[in-house]
Amino acid sequence: MSMLERYGPLTDDPGAFRAACARPLPPVVRVNTLKTTVDRARQALDEVGIAHDRADWHPGLFRLPADQAGGNWPYSHGWLHGQEEVSAVPARVLDPDPGDRVWDACAAPGSKTTQLAALMDDAGVLVGTDANIGRIAPLRSNAERLGVTNLAITNEDARSHSLNPFDGAGYDHALVDAPCSCEGTVRKNPDVIDEWTLERTRGVTGVQKGILKRAVETTREGGTVVYSTCTFAPEENEAVLDFVLGERPCRLVAFDIPLTHSPGITEWQGDSFDPTVRRAKRIYPHQNDTGGFFCAKLEVTG
Amino acid sequence: MPGDPDDGSGEPTNDGDRFDRVPATETERTVPGRPTREAVLAFWHDRYGIDPEVFTAHTFWERGAGKLWAFRGEIASPAELQGLGMTVLRTRQRHWKPTLEAAQRFGRHATRNCIHLSRPAARAFLAGEDQELDWEGDWGYLFVTHSLAGEAEPLGVGLYVHGELRSVVPKGRRREL
Repeated sequence: MSMLERYGPLTDDPGAFRAACARPLPPVVRVNTLKTTVDRARQALDEVGIAHDRADWHPGLFRLPADQAGGNWPYSHGWLHGQEEVSAVPARVLDPDPGDRVWDACAAPGSKTTQLAALMDDAGVLVGTDANIGRIAPLRSNAERLGVTNLAITNEDARSHSLNPFDGAGYDHALVDAPCSCEGTVRKNPDVIDEWTLERTRGVTGVQKGILKRAVETTREGGTVVYSTCTFAPEENEAVLDFVLGERPCRLVAFDIPLTHSPGITEWQGDSFDPTVRRAKRIYPHQNDTGGFFCAKLEVTG
Repeated sequence: MPGDPDDGSGEPTNDGDRFDRVPATETERTVPGRPTREAVLAFWHDRYGIDPEVFTAHTFWERGAGKLWAFRGEIASPAELQGLGMTVLRTRQRHWKPTLEAAQRFGRHATRNCIHLSRPAARAFLAGEDQELDWEGDWGYLFVTHSLAGEAEPLGVGLYVHGELRSVVPKGRRREL
């Protein structure tokens, strides 16, 4: 069974789902409000003659013509950062305030990390972790280009993240944008269709569960953890949530996003999940003409 | 100081694998050659006119000899991390050199030693080209600005000597626009 046949039946319109997955996505940039304002970024794009189309759900996201995302003046000033539209969802769901303590458990290359820093107005401690040493340099360089100074970077397995460098203090918020089978990026990387295997999907769920568990452990009672992936696979989404609900003191909370979406599913191939996983959001490519995405918000209860 | 690496001289030295907070003043310094917070604030102020208050919330750290990082926050020193804020300054050399990132992040607070370039000159600068330019001010490292969206915006750092502005834009940040 192909990857697209596997998930089509989950959607309200399998034909539209398949058709959208076959269309390439335009480059999208997020305005970095640590260095400029949305108005000035728009003015700069006008000044250098780059067409831009604002996403109607997010004031600081602009769709650009192909090949323009990184080679222009506002980009060189760190005013813009290339970031797919749906990738801008989880940081807004986490919605940190200046002064908060925030952990980004799977940080590199830093699109969401730097978005969190901007939402925090570069104030409060932001810890960015990545297990892959080769991805630390891009994370650091993106953060520096965007003018982030409140980020501490650790290279470790997020499943055993140590709070020792940070006085053992728990976090107010944690983001787990988990490594996944990336099916939702099919519009940028059509190869994911041919490369997809059930084994790969099953192989990554252990890491996802371990990181989410650690994120709940390191977040204070009353704090929030956002779990996101760019995959459609219920094994990597609802099943991971169902697991952590049984393992650690937390609950799924309802939230709104200004994008068309579908609820999390409670039944999949003979497995059933905690009914509250319906509070998670599935974003399919045909619903908003974006990539595919999954996002859930948890509150730590103990 | 326990845990500090030893160069055989009996004095503590800089350890390139971790972040050490810089001492507040000379009297608190234990690692020879390490710049002090006082000296760093004086540098930004004396050279570029940046008010020390701009850095009130920032702590300064050394990792790698002379490589200074600015972190907006407090954390226990030393810190075994892969990054702590941004690299802002290269010290332990005769002329301290600000980074491009520091110029872009803090340059708007500068009141002197900023050279404003036309769009074509800024284009050459960003591409890494050296160029002959008239400049009445001090020689040395200057903040480079150009106009974007109606205001002078800091773009990076150039070295002005002998009638020439040398681009010191790091290779990874150069662009042909």
